[in-house]
Amino acid sequence: MNTLFDKIWDSHVVAKVEDGPTQLYIDRLYCHEVTSPQAFAGLRARGIQVFRPEKVYCMPDHNTPTHDQDKPIEDTISKTQVDTLTKNATDFGLTHFGMMNPKNGIIHVVGPERGLTLPGMTIVCGDSHTSTHGALGTVAFGIGTSEVEMVLSSQCILQSKPKTMRISVEGKLNEGVTAKDVALYIISKVTTGGATGYFVEYAGEAIYSLSMEGRLTLCNLSIEMGARGGIIAPDDAAIEYLRNREYAPKGEEWDKAVAYWKTLKSGVDAVFDKDVLFHAEDIEPMITYGTNPGMGMGITENIPVMESVPEAGRISYAKSLEYMGLEAGQSLLGKKIDYVFLGSCTNGRIEDFRVFASLVKGKKKAADVVAWLVPGSWEVDKQIRREGLDKIFEEAGFALRQPGCSACLAMNDDKVPAGKYAVSTSNRNFEGRQGPGARTLLASPLVAAAAAVTGVITDPRKLM
Amino acid sequence: MKEKFNITTSTCVPLPLENVDTDQIIPARFLKATTKEGFGDNLFRDWRYDKQDNEIESFVLNNPLYSGKILVAGKNFGSGSSREHAAWAIAGYGFRIVVSSFFADIFRNNALNNFVLPVVVSDAFLAGLFESIQKDPKMEVEVNLPAQTITNKVTGASEYFDINSYKKLCLENGLDDIDFLLSNKDKIEAWENK
Repeated sequence: MNTLFDKIWDSHVVAKVEDGPTQLYIDRLYCHEVTSPQAFAGLRARGIQVFRPEKVYCMPDHNTPTHDQDKPIEDTISKTQVDTLTKNATDFGLTHFGMMNPKNGIIHVVGPERGLTLPGMTIVCGDSHTSTHGALGTVAFGIGTSEVEMVLSSQCILQSKPKTMRISVEGKLNEGVTAKDVALYIISKVTTGGATGYFVEYAGEAIYSLSMEGRLTLCNLSIEMGARGGIIAPDDAAIEYLRNREYAPKGEEWDKAVAYWKTLKSGVDAVFDKDVLFHAEDIEPMITYGTNPGMGMGITENIPVMESVPEAGRISYAKSLEYMGLEAGQSLLGKKIDYVFLGSCTNGRIEDFRVFASLVKGKKKAADVVAWLVPGSWEVDKQIRREGLDKIFEEAGFALRQPGCSACLAMNDDKVPAGKYAVSTSNRNFEGRQGPGARTLLASPLVAAAAAVTGVITDPRKLM
Repeated sequence: MKEKFNITTSTCVPLPLENVDTDQIIPARFLKATTKEGFGDNLFRDWRYDKQDNEIESFVLNNPLYSGKILVAGKNFGSGSSREHAAWAIAGYGFRIVVSSFFADIFRNNALNNFVLPVVVSDAFLAGLFESIQKDPKMEVEVNLPAQTITNKVTGASEYFDINSYKKLCLENGLDDIDFLLSNKDKIEAWENK
């Protein structure tokens, strides 16, 4: 009761269906090309228009190639899907940032960076990583395509109100520990389904010490423990992040908005259905060894032995390690890797590229590692060049690619071959996620950079 | 897809794995379609077929002993991506009910929106059901939506399952949420103007 989540949710309730879901008003709908075509087809079948077109923003990101974006997409099926979004946005009068538009990028990178995501909003998208936007004090969650159609047709969605969970991380973070490590640590403790049914608020000193980019990374990964979403109360850092952003309010409207945003926090009497506390000093750089994001460990730890796994989960655990080609009890340090991916809605922001650059500066990419550096948006790409990070990458033997979701889910050509190991800054290590048979080790940009220059899993603190 | 629900009695297909994620239900490379049809052919694609598109005999969907309208899966079924394509694949293949001890949130909503009923059972009921199916692949399960019960017809074990009465009404009558929301525009406009 009286949590930040409750305040935003309750203020958006249009109606309550008796012994059923809540009809919730949605302030912002983001649409990408993969999960929207059938929703637009649904509108056409019903012969209806988009109810509030000014609240909907569309951009392709999943299928976009990371090279030659000025030329037509070679994969004809991908091209059809991207073209379908352009047509739908045009036909229904929606804002659309198409490929090569300087505002294009991964939808969860673009929303915050353009100031389209603002504190107090309800935000949905046909994409589970919509939880990202909670970092700016929004109630943001992923939905299915039928639900996209609901929002297009009525600006509302029918949802059951989730329970609330507060996850506090107190104390100061250790050197070499990033927001990604905090997230992977939390998920490894809560487990991949442990927050299902809950909306999480992150709190505590270590959380508020994170930059906005770091908080976006943390909230992005909320879904990986099953949470409906994650939220962080907006503080001065959040407000400064939004100042002068393109779609953020200006002048008097800005002052009014800031006054409201400052009220957006859980009450001192707030009651959470579940309260969890972690200590920052327990967290070291993390890496995953299995096939769900909950299967993570400190980089100096060993893969858990079978006896430590609950009996009902042992078949899945053995299957997972077999897929990964790893043994229970093994350390990953020194393990040879083949690919490195820096990017995605999890770690494709400017700070991620700064961190990666800080470690590879003056070093050389390991000769047999293939590295994909994919900015989350054209804006991130521009900032990388403005700061001269591109020169650092070039001297170290890395090349920047063009923005998009890329190897995170390999819907474009950026696929990791079967059996190869990829240290990836993305969000999922599911079987086949980065290409059929690909073996994904999730980690922070720092751990990815250390692997990229040494060719093996390396504790980045040894290179700092 | 909007076939009305009442009482379903069927044999089951067992998938005793935990954390079956939506990338396994339908891999990302099959998400490029712009319609809802055809996803059933690629349900569990990478567990069902090898790289040369040959059937992998050991996978349950390729085992002629098992068939039916009910998929029985381990804990935390449907985790990961929000892709509704996972529900389209399950419905497209011919499943009408998925039984597990735990479902991921978005998948559960997507399933209901496609007239696939997720039935949450206790760990003990699930373990008993897997055992019964292993002993006799032709054993049947009855899912009674009006009474909200699921019954293992071999052991007689029966459990009550939860579903909110709005969604139950939708499933029993073949109604969807958009019909409901469209009939509710005045309330939406009143909210916007307040």
